[in-house]
Amino acid sequence: MALVIDIIIGGLISGSTLALLAIGFSLIFGVARIVNIGHTAFYMVAAYCIYIATQKMGLHAIWGMLAAIVLVTLLGMISYKALINPIREHEGAVLIATIALAMIFQEVMSLIFTGTYLSVPALIKGFFIILGVKVFYQQLLTFCAALLVMAALWVFLMRTNLGLAIRSTAQDREVANLMGINEAQVAMITMGLSVGLAAFTGAVVVPLTVLEPHMWMGPLIMMMAVVVLGGLGSLKGSFVGAYILGFAEALVVFLAPMGAYLKGPVALSIMILVLLIRPEGLFGVSFEEER
Amino acid sequence: MNRLGKGILISVIVFLFAVSSWAVAFGQEIKIGVIGPMKFVQGQGHWNGAIMAAEEINAKGGIQVGDKKMKIKLIQADSNEFLSVTDATNAMERLITKDKVDFIVGGFRTEAVFAMQDIAMEHKKIFIGCGAAHNELCERVAKNYNTYKYWFRVTPYNSTFLVRAAFIHLGTVAAVMRQSLNIPKIKVAVVMEKALWADPMVPAAEGAIPKMGMEVAGVWRPSSVATDVTAELSAIQRSGAHILFTIFSSSVGIPFARQAGELKIPAVQVGINVEAQKDGFWQATQGMGNYVITSNTYARGLEANELTKPFVDGYVKRFGETPTYTAGTYDAIIMALAPTIEQAGTLNADKIVSILEERVYKTTTATIKYMKDAEGRHLHDITFGPGFATGIATQWQDGKLIGVWPNKWKVTPEAPEVTYKGVQPIKLPPWVIEAYKK
Repeated sequence: MALVIDIIIGGLISGSTLALLAIGFSLIFGVARIVNIGHTAFYMVAAYCIYIATQKMGLHAIWGMLAAIVLVTLLGMISYKALINPIREHEGAVLIATIALAMIFQEVMSLIFTGTYLSVPALIKGFFIILGVKVFYQQLLTFCAALLVMAALWVFLMRTNLGLAIRSTAQDREVANLMGINEAQVAMITMGLSVGLAAFTGAVVVPLTVLEPHMWMGPLIMMMAVVVLGGLGSLKGSFVGAYILGFAEALVVFLAPMGAYLKGPVALSIMILVLLIRPEGLFGVSFEEER
Repeated sequence: MNRLGKGILISVIVFLFAVSSWAVAFGQEIKIGVIGPMKFVQGQGHWNGAIMAAEEINAKGGIQVGDKKMKIKLIQADSNEFLSVTDATNAMERLITKDKVDFIVGGFRTEAVFAMQDIAMEHKKIFIGCGAAHNELCERVAKNYNTYKYWFRVTPYNSTFLVRAAFIHLGTVAAVMRQSLNIPKIKVAVVMEKALWADPMVPAAEGAIPKMGMEVAGVWRPSSVATDVTAELSAIQRSGAHILFTIFSSSVGIPFARQAGELKIPAVQVGINVEAQKDGFWQATQGMGNYVITSNTYARGLEANELTKPFVDGYVKRFGETPTYTAGTYDAIIMALAPTIEQAGTLNADKIVSILEERVYKTTTATIKYMKDAEGRHLHDITFGPGFATGIATQWQDGKLIGVWPNKWKVTPEAPEVTYKGVQPIKLPPWVIEAYKK
C-alpha cells in the first residue's frame, strides 16, 4: 500500500512539472503552428533571472518570479517578432531558428555564469507528510500551479474575446483572417502567453532543480514526448499526457530502483507504443484537413 | 615612404619574424597543454593548479634542460568533455598538431580521457592524468607498454582504491553510529549514479557491505544529471537505511544532498560526492547539504604532509576557494614533470618516461610511487595506502568543509594509527540522532 501511495504522489509531482511545460508549447503550436524548440530555453532564462534577483540582488522570491515572468515574456515576444515571424511560413526554418535561439541563450548563460551548478531557495520551504510520504511544499505548489494554469487557460480561451480569437485562429487561420481577426497579432500574443507559461514554470520549478546552462535539454525531450503523446496542439492532451508519463517515471523508480536512470527512456517507450496504436496521439486530430 | 625606407622596414619585419621563429624552433619554452572542461570547476581547477605551478617555476628562471633554462608556457584547451567526447578529442588534436605542446596534463571524464589518451599516445606525447579514475587507463600501459607508456596518473588513485577508501569511510561512519546510537545492524542504501566509472562499484558494494557486518537495504542508480530524486529518497526512506552510501561525480550530487537534507531523511550520507568537494556546494544546496561526508583531496586546515598547507593556502589566497583534486595539475607539473626533465636533461619523451616511472616523489597530498601489476609490468598508476596516497574525507559542518579522516585510522589492527594534522571528529545530523537514540 505504501508503495502505491509513493507511486501516486511521485507521479502527480512529476506529471505536474511536465504539464506546465507542455501546455505552453502546445499552445503556440496549436495556434500558430510554430514548433518552438527553444521553449525550455526560455524556462532556463527565467530560472537564471530568478537566481539573479534572489541571490545577487537580495529580492524576495516572489518579486524575482514576477520579474522573471515579465522579462522573459518580453524576450519571447521580441524573439518572435525579430526571428520567427519573418520565416513563419517555412516550418523547417522556424524549427532551426528556434534551436539556434536556444543555443544562443545557452551560450550566453554559460559565458555569464560558467557551468557551475547553482540553486535558488524555495518559495515555501519545508515539507509535510501525506499518507506517510514526505512532500515538499514547493512540489505541492507545482501541482497546484499546474491545475491553476489549466483552469485559467480554459477560462481565458473560453470566456474572453481574445481567447475566442485564439481558438478561431487555431481552427482555421485563413478564415479567421477573413473574419477580421489579425492573425499575426494573435500569433504574437500567443507566443507571449506561451513563453510566459515557460517562465512561470521556471519560477515554480527552479527551486526543485539545479541551474546550469544546459538545463533546458532534459525537459525538452520529455516535453516533446508529452505533447506528441497527448496530440500535437491539444491542451487537454498535453495535460493528460504529462501525467501518464509522470506516473510512468514514478513506476520505474519505485519498481526498478537499479534502473532509476531509465525512467526517461521508459516514458518515451510508452509514448512510442501509444503512437503505434494511435498515431495522432491521445487527443490529436487524425488528418490535417479536419482542422 | 621611399624605396630605401620600404626595404628597411621589410628587412626589420623579416628579421623579427626569423628571431621569433628561431626562438620557437630552438624551443626556449616548454609548452604544456592543460586540457579539461574549462567552463566547469573541474577544468578551472586544472588550469588554476597549472598556473600556480608555471608561475612558481618561471619565477625561478624555468626548468634546467641540459645546459639551458627553459620557461613554461601553458596552453589551455577546453575539452567540453561533459557534453561531447568528440570535442575533447578535437581539443587534444589541436593541442598536439596546432599548438605543438611538449606535454599534456588534465582530463576528467573517463569516457573522454580514454579517447584523448589514444591521441596523445599516437603522437608519443606524455599525458599526465589529473581527474579520471578508471583502472583501464593504466592497465593499458601494462598491456601495451610501447604505445601507452607516455601516460601517467597523478590524481586521483584508481576506481578500485576510490571504492576501498569510500568503504573505509563508510566503516568509520558506521562505527561512530554504532557507538553513539547503539544500532545493532546498520542498513546501507547504495546510491550510485549511472556512469561508466561507477558501474564496477555496484557489485563491489553489494559484496563488501555484508562482510563489514552491515546490510544492503537496496541499490538505486539515478541518472548522473537527475535534478529531482525525491522518488528515490522516498523509496530509500522506506527501506529503513541508516547510511546512504553515495557514489556521485556529476550534478545529481547536489539535488540528492539538498533534498535528502531538506526531507531530513534519517540517514548519514557518506561516500563520493564530487559536488560536495567544492566550496560552491553550500550555496548549491541552499545549506541543506550539511553533514554530507565525501572522499576528498584538499580541505583547509588539514595537512597530508608539509607541502599541503602552503599549496592550499596559496590557492585559496589566489583563487578564493579550496582547490578540488583536479588542481593536481600543480603536482603534475612541479613535482612530476619538472624534476624529471631536469634529471633527464632533455625533453625526449622516452627518456623522461624511463625516469618518471621509477621515481618516488612527494606531492601536495601524497607520496607517489608508481605501481606494477602482478606480472611486474608498469601501470603508471599511483599506490594507495599509508605512506603513499590515502586521500582524505571531509564533512560539511555548518557551512564549512572540515577534514574528518584519516583520524586514528589503522589499515590493519596491528598497523600504526594514521592521523593527519588538523582532522576533526565526525558529527552526526541531529535528526539522525533523534531518530535512533534510545
